[in-house]
Amino acid sequence: MDWGSILNNTLQGLLTPTTLAFSLAALGLAMHFGFAGLLNFGIAGFMAIGGYGYAIAVLTFGLPWWAGMLFGIFGSIIFALILGIPTLRLRGDYLAIVTIASAEIIRLLFLTTAFTDVTGSADGLFGFNTRTDGSGFQNANPFPAGSYGAGPFTYNEQTLWVLTFGIIMLVVGVFLLWALMRSPWGRVIKGIREDEDAIRALGKNVFAYKMQALVIGGVYGAMGGIVYATFANVSPGVFVTSLTFFIWTSLLLGGAATILGPVVGSVLFWTLQAFLTNVLSEVAISGILPVSTTQASTLRFVLVGVGLMLLVIYRPQGIFGDKKELTFVK
Amino acid sequence: MNILSSSRTNRLARGIAISFLSFIAVLGIAMPASADSVGEEYEAAILGNVRIDGEPIQGVRIVVDGNGYTAETVTDEKGRWLIGVPSIGAYNVTLDETTLPEGIAVLEGGATQAVEFGATDRVTKNFFIGEGERNTTSLFDQVVARLIYGINFGLMLGLAAVGLSLVYGTTGLSNFAHGEMVTIGAVLALLFGVVLELPLWVAIPIAVGLSAAFGWIMDAGLWRPVRKMGLGIVQLMIVSIGLSLALRYIIQFFIGGGTEQLPGFDEPRVTLFGATALSSTDLISMALSLVVIGGFAYWLLKTKTGKATRAISDNPDLAAASGIDVDKVIRVVWVLAAAMAGLAGVLWAYFRPGIKWDMGTQILLLIFAAVVLGGLGTAFGALVGALVVGILIETSSLIIPADLKYVGALVVLILVLLVRPQGLLGKKQRIG
Repeated sequence: MDWGSILNNTLQGLLTPTTLAFSLAALGLAMHFGFAGLLNFGIAGFMAIGGYGYAIAVLTFGLPWWAGMLFGIFGSIIFALILGIPTLRLRGDYLAIVTIASAEIIRLLFLTTAFTDVTGSADGLFGFNTRTDGSGFQNANPFPAGSYGAGPFTYNEQTLWVLTFGIIMLVVGVFLLWALMRSPWGRVIKGIREDEDAIRALGKNVFAYKMQALVIGGVYGAMGGIVYATFANVSPGVFVTSLTFFIWTSLLLGGAATILGPVVGSVLFWTLQAFLTNVLSEVAISGILPVSTTQASTLRFVLVGVGLMLLVIYRPQGIFGDKKELTFVK
Repeated sequence: MNILSSSRTNRLARGIAISFLSFIAVLGIAMPASADSVGEEYEAAILGNVRIDGEPIQGVRIVVDGNGYTAETVTDEKGRWLIGVPSIGAYNVTLDETTLPEGIAVLEGGATQAVEFGATDRVTKNFFIGEGERNTTSLFDQVVARLIYGINFGLMLGLAAVGLSLVYGTTGLSNFAHGEMVTIGAVLALLFGVVLELPLWVAIPIAVGLSAAFGWIMDAGLWRPVRKMGLGIVQLMIVSIGLSLALRYIIQFFIGGGTEQLPGFDEPRVTLFGATALSSTDLISMALSLVVIGGFAYWLLKTKTGKATRAISDNPDLAAASGIDVDKVIRVVWVLAAAMAGLAGVLWAYFRPGIKWDMGTQILLLIFAAVVLGGLGTAFGALVGALVVGILIETSSLIIPADLKYVGALVVLILVLLVRPQGLLGKKQRIG
């Protein structure tokens, strides 16, 4: 086995646009589930609205990239409101089923051929990051063409711009979430998670607080989708329920009720994925295990599933979590 | 498989249009992205050319349906169309005759025709069209046909849904791995019926029996221990999501990403009355569902274990206090739920048709919709919910695009939760 290339590829997994997009979405989920106790299983729907909103605004409405991104975020706020008004009064597991169904509805609406002109149907949308009129995301790239970095962290100017943008968004996002959760507002949100009735007895409008949490987390999810869209095509095949489950795994890995946990969880998740992809395919090619390379790449998702089960059973608070802040008790 | 052609009588075939294999298909080159092609990310594709007397017709709507996949497109200015499909298998291609020019109709084989892939991942389907009388199926006949297909689908969903609902009622677990229990039934039928070449009447009972055994193993090996650890219902739910991912990819590990077929999946459909055409498989499937659900209802209402199950669903503590062995009953519930899910999987494999690693996941949300619609935790509610969902899905495709038919069911799921969160047959305290 070529450990050099395995190590190289694994290190690459530490910092990729996907990792950044996952981290942002996981932060949104931390807001929803970790802090507010809302069982949102529709984070893929928020990401889809962010990504598609950005792409559609640029391609169909001809907006510049930053306005397109704002449009995607605006879309996710509307979605959160529509989703939240009827569902926030529901008990946890009902909310999970409704949110997962809503995300699937969103995906099917992007998939249907009825709106092909706008959504691109199964092919999705592409070509919205570089525009001939100079209003695209890559047109605003401040880095001159060339190769940057060293070793496994070598990027061309386009990837570097995507990474820079993603890191800025992530840092701002982490800071805002940290500031929010140590504010009086954040304490009320955590209080709702622990005991809704007690907070209600204190005269707080629990529904309004939950709605605010849903909207804020939804905007994080949309930002995740937007960062994803800055380097890849958006298509319905991306925003599937498995994506939601993978983000949940990342979140629980790091710790649901923490600020840095979701970020570290996402980085770990993708680094492990990169490691397993390489090791398992090497194992298959060198014949150590009698499996084909396709089967080997399937195995890593089996490990994700088993890992998620073990995590929830034995360490539900995650790596950084505090067992006292465990949100599963209900 | 010609639902529509049989109702067509006294047709004058004057000019027959000859359809050509497009040269692009022969060379196997992908067509450029435009309105005439969808699903180009898939390797396999069905394509064709709509022409009359050598003149291409633009804007004809083509729908491909099969293996749990639906897509549609319209022909371009050269009359060409291409629809990518996720896997090689049997599909139905429908030419929407209402989009043809006035007085033009499909002359041979009907507007819906079956397509099978050969050695390559491209297959060409051309329709012989010309001047003729269009098939005229009355709306009433169409609605009746859709209702019956819906009942067929609903009964199959019901088999899976009652198990999910009972598990929820007795343990509080929203089991996201229920979709994989459906898939496992179909995969076991594939193993015994196709790989080991046993006759189907042996293979399917073995598959259902082993599914039941799998239910026993799951409860003994996973769910009972985690119950004893005192995990909350949300934790249990996420454990089931992990289990679902693991099982799904284990299945993919063994059967790969393609679609497999059980023997007899392509039984011809025979027109019974109006526009209703069913194959013998459909009829057997419906009869089997009815018998099994009837037996299950008897078990739940009349037997001692069945009564104990309902008692636990109502109030587990009270049931335990009155001397019911809760763990034993839950074990029985798991075995029954898994057996029925396995049978539903076999029937779903015929309904789609095809066995695929994520076939159970495709209907998981519909099963949940059925269960929530009927009322979480109620067995008969789940059955009613499943029939409503099945009929809704089939009839809604008369009005909305076929690839949005699941959306209708999911929207109803959310609306029901708004208006009547306890479901149709549920009790109010269940919503918590």
